[in-house]
Amino acid sequence: MHPIVTLVAQRVALGVLLLFAASILIFVGTSILPGDVAQSILGQSATPEALANLRAELGMDQPPLTRYFTWLGGVLQGDLGTALTNGRDIAESLGSRLGNTLFLAFWAAVVAVPLAIFLGLLAVRYKDRWPDRLISAVTLTTISIPEFMIGYVLIYWVSIQMGWFSSVAIINDSMSLGQKLNAIAIPVMVLTLVVLAHMMRMTRAAILNVMQSAYIETAELKGLGMLRIIRKHAFPNAIAPIVNVVMLNLAYLVVGVVVVEVVFAYPGMGQYLVDHVSKRDVPVVQACGLIFAAVYIGLNLVADLVSILTNPRLRHPK
Amino acid sequence: MNNELEHLSTRVVKGLMTRRDFIGRAAALGVTAAVANSMLANAARAEGPVRGGTLKLGAQGGESTNTQDPALTASEVPLNNLRHWGETLVDVGADGSLEMRMAESVEGSADAKQWVFKIRKGIPFSNGKDMTPEDVMLTMQRHSNEDSQSGALGIMRGIEDMKVDGDNFIVTLTAGNADLPYLMADYHLMIQPGGGMDDPAAGIGTGPYTIEFDEPGVRHGFKRRDDYWDAENRGFAEFTEQLVLNDATARTAALQSGQVHMINRVEPKVAGLLDRAPNLSVKSVAGRGHYVFIMHVDTAPFDNNELRLALKYAINRQEMVDKILRGYGSIGNDFPINESYPLFDATIPQREHDLAKAAEHYEKSGHDGSPIILRTADGAFPGAVDAAALFQQSAQAAGIPLEIKREPDDGYWSEVWNVQPFCASYWGGRPVQDQMYSTAYLSSADWNDTRFKRPEFDEMLLAARAEIDETKRKAIYSDMAVMLRDEGGLILPMFNDFVGAIASNVGGWIDDPNGSLMNNKAPIKCWLTDA
Repeated sequence: MHPIVTLVAQRVALGVLLLFAASILIFVGTSILPGDVAQSILGQSATPEALANLRAELGMDQPPLTRYFTWLGGVLQGDLGTALTNGRDIAESLGSRLGNTLFLAFWAAVVAVPLAIFLGLLAVRYKDRWPDRLISAVTLTTISIPEFMIGYVLIYWVSIQMGWFSSVAIINDSMSLGQKLNAIAIPVMVLTLVVLAHMMRMTRAAILNVMQSAYIETAELKGLGMLRIIRKHAFPNAIAPIVNVVMLNLAYLVVGVVVVEVVFAYPGMGQYLVDHVSKRDVPVVQACGLIFAAVYIGLNLVADLVSILTNPRLRHPK
Repeated sequence: MNNELEHLSTRVVKGLMTRRDFIGRAAALGVTAAVANSMLANAARAEGPVRGGTLKLGAQGGESTNTQDPALTASEVPLNNLRHWGETLVDVGADGSLEMRMAESVEGSADAKQWVFKIRKGIPFSNGKDMTPEDVMLTMQRHSNEDSQSGALGIMRGIEDMKVDGDNFIVTLTAGNADLPYLMADYHLMIQPGGGMDDPAAGIGTGPYTIEFDEPGVRHGFKRRDDYWDAENRGFAEFTEQLVLNDATARTAALQSGQVHMINRVEPKVAGLLDRAPNLSVKSVAGRGHYVFIMHVDTAPFDNNELRLALKYAINRQEMVDKILRGYGSIGNDFPINESYPLFDATIPQREHDLAKAAEHYEKSGHDGSPIILRTADGAFPGAVDAAALFQQSAQAAGIPLEIKREPDDGYWSEVWNVQPFCASYWGGRPVQDQMYSTAYLSSADWNDTRFKRPEFDEMLLAARAEIDETKRKAIYSDMAVMLRDEGGLILPMFNDFVGAIASNVGGWIDDPNGSLMNNKAPIKCWLTDA
């Protein structure tokens, strides 16, 4: 069998084990938190009888181990169960939330990744001159400002003052693609500004590292133009670290944007997860946790594969 | 007033002129902005309701865990939802009077033990069936039976028997309660077909709207019903939409950029600034909600009334209203009742901030000088951490060693409130005094969060409850208030206003002290003047 197929098989098996471990951690974690789902639903107005009745109905009077294995049994058969808090089918509500999260992450990535790599190349080309300094200064500034702050500033200028885009990014199935894109325009800008610096700096550093090599000097002595050298000779050898950091940022765009979701009321998974954690709705938290863990494991696998495939030395091991 | 201005104000209402232009013209004629604004409101009312359009509300207090089951409703967004599709037996009006809804009339026996609700006939549920007295009884049973999970379980406890007799729904109580009709206005008690026993979250009721789409934590949409029984007074917009905007800045931005027509929970610190923005107005309504610091009177050192009095004198109420509520509220007097309640006694002297008296009582208490720990969290009430800090400073000035312990929001209501002896909290208020006292100050109350257990107080409360003579009742309530004020474990520095905001094309707004946004009825009672 080809070594790459073996590697993928190994990594997928390890991923499944990791997911299993993650589900145990999440279950234990939510059990340790003070209060339970019945207490959280009824809030300040809970009476002891109402609490007891609700607990019995939700099956919270069962011992934790029984609850965990009932849940695990369901998941292995592809049934994520229903939310304790509102009795909705988890797979269904999670599905649309996940779709929204991926939609936002996709468009943010479409803007941010090419832009970051292009700016990185540009920074190398004009290393230590004003374009390099300007790019670094601007991107480092935007990554240092908290994302909700960038969000508020953009809402004030772009939405309230100019009236170009909507400040509320609530999207739904009845909207056309154009309407959806209009709704998520400002969140995409915010996310782009937040992830730009990391990828840009990594591209710059990785390529500069390669630029020290002797073969680049040779290319220069052959009289090739600077941009051509970077594009044809330096960039292919710098792909592995760049892909790694791109994947990390993609993972962030999927699992880490809850603050942006709150500011723009975007119906993504982050807000969905936070709501259910605060209500101790364990089955939903478990399901979200599994998906987030799977995204991380999957993207890391992709990053490893890409770095192997782009490197002939790794592609054909002796 | 001036004919020209009247003419102009109707132009604004018809959308031919902006509010800002109008105020500018009014100023040129020597009329202040406040008067000009109220002229506009009058003009809008005089024009009468406008039907049609889509009224949008941006609301705080919704989560993806929300359900349409009235029994499990505890926050603003699901409550707004209930008001769209459901109705209760009776409502409490903006002036505190009873408004008949599903009941046509209500009558109590002389000892206030038996109450007869005559149920209206021919009112259709949104599933087409007519509402019957049996539906009413089943609804009440669902909220009071043994497996009830309802938030209304506490108020249903005094009921001995319920029965249907022809068109009447008859409730018999274990002890007289002159306020029983008010309890039936509780928002959990939405009348559902078959009491909602089979499918409590179906959203079927007798209200003016039906659910169009229901995406908890994101948005809820409603469509007007053609067969609604009270279309004269409710249900003007053709569609209403509620967007869940939990972030305060997102809410104000959505209103300012015209994406919603009304928002709830405007933060006091931005309310003044927001009101200056064009084409909207901030609505601040005095209510019954209050922010409190509560001491367990059965736990040392708070079992010593001198120490409690020292703390009550040490708190600077006016400063809290000014700094925490930014003036959107009023000072409290250490009992949970204010002038928004019927039978309130305004002659009870106001407790003032008095450091000398605080020091004197502290001296008398003989406290050993060890730090007195006050627990607080951001979630206890908006500004609770800052309020605790202000309290600490003014207590320090009287020589009282108050120490603040900041707790996490998460789990505050289960681990700190009603568990720890001294903490920050809030109450939303109740429609009548009896209900407020029975909920938290009766010896046997589940939520007696100050552990105030006094047989004399309980006796007075029960006597007042069964007393039909209002003068006598008022006198009893006054004695109770004074007792709680001077001996209770409640430090009540301030009553908070409900602060919301509406766009200038929203008509039909009235100030309702019973709850936020016209007691959550703004979406069904207001209209769009330019619809």
